[in-house]
Amino acid sequence: MDSADVAIIGAGPAGLAAAETLAAAGASVVLLDEQQMPGGQIYRGIEAVQALRRQTLSLLGSDYAAGATLAKALRNAPVDYQPGSMVWDVSRDLVIHYSREGRSQGLHARHLLIASGALERPVPIPGWTLPGVMTVGALQILLKSDGLVPRVPLVLAGSGPLLLLLAVQLLKAGAPPAAIVETVPRRAYRSAARHVPRALQGWRSLMKGRRWIRTLTHAGVPWYRGCTNLRVEGADRATGLAFHHAGRTETIAADVIGLHQGVVPNVQLTRLLDCEHVWDASQRCFRPRLDDWLATTVDGVSVAGDGGGIFGAVAAEWQGRLAGLNIAHRLDRLPSAERDRQAAPMRAALARERTVRPLLDTLYQPPPDVLRPADEVVVCRCEEVSAGRIREAVRLGCSGPNQAKSFLRCGMGPCQGRICGLPVAEIIAETRGVDLDDVGYYRIRPPLKPLPLMELAGLAADNDPAQ
Amino acid sequence: MSATTRSARSTLATADVLVIGGGIHGCSVALHCALKGLSVIVVERHTVGRHASGVNAGGVRRLGRAVAEIPLSMAAMEIWHRITDLVDDDCGFRAAPQVKVAETEADLDTLAARAETVRAHGYDHEVPLDRQQLRSLLPAVAPHCIGGLASLGDGFADPYRTTAAFRRAAERHGARIVERCSALGIDRSAGRFRLNTDHGAFDGALLVNCAGAWGGEVAAWLDEPVPIEPIAPMMLVTDRLPRFCDAVVGAAGRPLSFKQMDNGTVVVGGGRRGVVDDQGTGTRLRLPELAKTAATAADIFPIMAGATIVRCWAGIEGRMPDDLPVIGPSGTTPDAVHAFGFSAHGFQLGPIVGAILAEQIVGDRGNLPLDAFDIRRFGSCKTDTA
Repeated sequence: MDSADVAIIGAGPAGLAAAETLAAAGASVVLLDEQQMPGGQIYRGIEAVQALRRQTLSLLGSDYAAGATLAKALRNAPVDYQPGSMVWDVSRDLVIHYSREGRSQGLHARHLLIASGALERPVPIPGWTLPGVMTVGALQILLKSDGLVPRVPLVLAGSGPLLLLLAVQLLKAGAPPAAIVETVPRRAYRSAARHVPRALQGWRSLMKGRRWIRTLTHAGVPWYRGCTNLRVEGADRATGLAFHHAGRTETIAADVIGLHQGVVPNVQLTRLLDCEHVWDASQRCFRPRLDDWLATTVDGVSVAGDGGGIFGAVAAEWQGRLAGLNIAHRLDRLPSAERDRQAAPMRAALARERTVRPLLDTLYQPPPDVLRPADEVVVCRCEEVSAGRIREAVRLGCSGPNQAKSFLRCGMGPCQGRICGLPVAEIIAETRGVDLDDVGYYRIRPPLKPLPLMELAGLAADNDPAQ
Repeated sequence: MSATTRSARSTLATADVLVIGGGIHGCSVALHCALKGLSVIVVERHTVGRHASGVNAGGVRRLGRAVAEIPLSMAAMEIWHRITDLVDDDCGFRAAPQVKVAETEADLDTLAARAETVRAHGYDHEVPLDRQQLRSLLPAVAPHCIGGLASLGDGFADPYRTTAAFRRAAERHGARIVERCSALGIDRSAGRFRLNTDHGAFDGALLVNCAGAWGGEVAAWLDEPVPIEPIAPMMLVTDRLPRFCDAVVGAAGRPLSFKQMDNGTVVVGGGRRGVVDDQGTGTRLRLPELAKTAATAADIFPIMAGATIVRCWAGIEGRMPDDLPVIGPSGTTPDAVHAFGFSAHGFQLGPIVGAILAEQIVGDRGNLPLDAFDIRRFGSCKTDTA
């Protein structure tokens, strides 16, 4: 079995920055990433876009172009970069199994840095499983990787910075959305106001947001604010979006509905490793418990980037460097004084980067009917389990997500609970009247993503560390 | 005496029967005792069906049982075929043939000898299959498979649903099940048991050890330690495939347990083991071992070469050195009985073992032979374990 000082999972800003830091310290680094090119979701396709599609680069904006520096650093560093690698198991003794080019193999690492980022929060509203409904993130992936823009009537609905950013990008691409349907309640602006002074320290982010809002208003994109009771219309596929706005029910015809309610940490790997997790009430998600150096409660395992809590791409990069410094120290490649000296300005930058979060978290808190959908809404898409059946199971004694698996097969389909995990936990907590920390989360089992049986069958017995 | 001790004593819960362990056996004995009008408290360290009872492969199998187990397995099978009458839930039970496949001439000889042994003991449920008969039961079996052995009246069920159904039935008949409650020790005085837990103490006239892989700890409290070994059989489940198999399938020459569920997914296990860790409460997979299970499945059913694995897991079971469970009265302590150490084949026996223990508790010996399961067969190991 191959081995390395450090395995990094994920080649987004956190993973790239950590790889650069660790390679500079002389550690042997394997960087595993599902995509074919570095950049993660935020800088997806950056090298190709920069080299071949300058027009897409300009409409994606300067924040996106910043990823090119990180990608270039990777190409110049002595890092064993293995794109197209799907990690499907990690054991607590840090044996990583991954699939690449149709074959699975094992890798033993002394340290593991998880930089697998965020997932879009699922938006389980009535009709969300109809064809034509997509996430805003998926729409942006089409734009980044293929330069594709839907040329059909499209509505963007929900809340969060990414919703507005994509609206601006579509507008620049000449395909403005038919409407933006925003779910931020009026009172959220009032409660968010108290976070503005602190957020001013991160003024660049605020200015960016203001610019987007001006651009969209100026272009006359219809923008419904304070909407509730969103419902996708259509029998076999989406034909429009209905919602309550200013005391009336509105319906907007559209072939594509882009839904978004922010992003949440992707905890599949940290859950698989049984790292301790905490419920983050302000971001309404679970995140792994991390120390000052971003180490989890499992020895040798660290998390950098949005996988440890949502702070965005710039923070992810600083976190990657910080975690990298500490791992280099633990590998005896960096004295602690030097580590601390290099870390100090990074910590300051990270703190600045975080100042805007309380404002965003308060403003873009997902509405209750998205967190805990109505009975008739399907929550587990793979096994078609509705919110009502989950509530009924709770009344029959189902006390947490793992029992829900056994009661309803909820979370046992091919998505491995990635999509339904949070709403299932929220619904159970609400029905039982207890905290999310008491309800917990799915035990995550390998493979993290579906794996061809013959790939498992092909694993050689001489790779077994237990023998 | 401290205030806490006083308050614990004043709220001491009492029952005729105290059961340690909320798995299939604990819930079954609770139900059968409650049906006899006894009051029952079950304490379960985690949640009901959390370990082997909830995550096993769900085989309801008489095929291939140790000879000593056959009478119990036969009696259990009768209950399984009318399980709804007992627990008001079909437990996901489906009658299906259990088939053991022969891949070589040597396998065929092994199966023929087995069939002869079973017949010699007066049973006729295990029938040899030739090449043609095997294919009529398993149309998708690989060409190299040359025969088999079948028990036609067996089946499979949904293990968690079954355990939960026994739990609910027990509760309907008055049993009390206390989850997230760890048994810590037993005191015996004035002919009664005091079961100490992390949630206070319970008082009872009778004690039942259904603690599964941890049953050895309870036996040690009763001063009769046993050589039980925790094991972690591994399983995997695939995505949905077109229906190709209506039987539960094993192999004569290598470990395999294979079945296609109603929804088209295929569950594959068979006993290859992972590692028990976290002080005996967690499991770790050994993927190169599980790889052999995957390879066996694809060898015997070529259609599996196109399957995709959705999930792999392991459950914790208690294995005894002779692969037979411990069932019956304590050798040291009156009014205490055991049912643990089922060595990875206890699920099918659940419905009958609960009935047997309930009969023993009310003083009825019953007519099923239990000598082979007596805890005193390990008498020699009662050594320096204090």
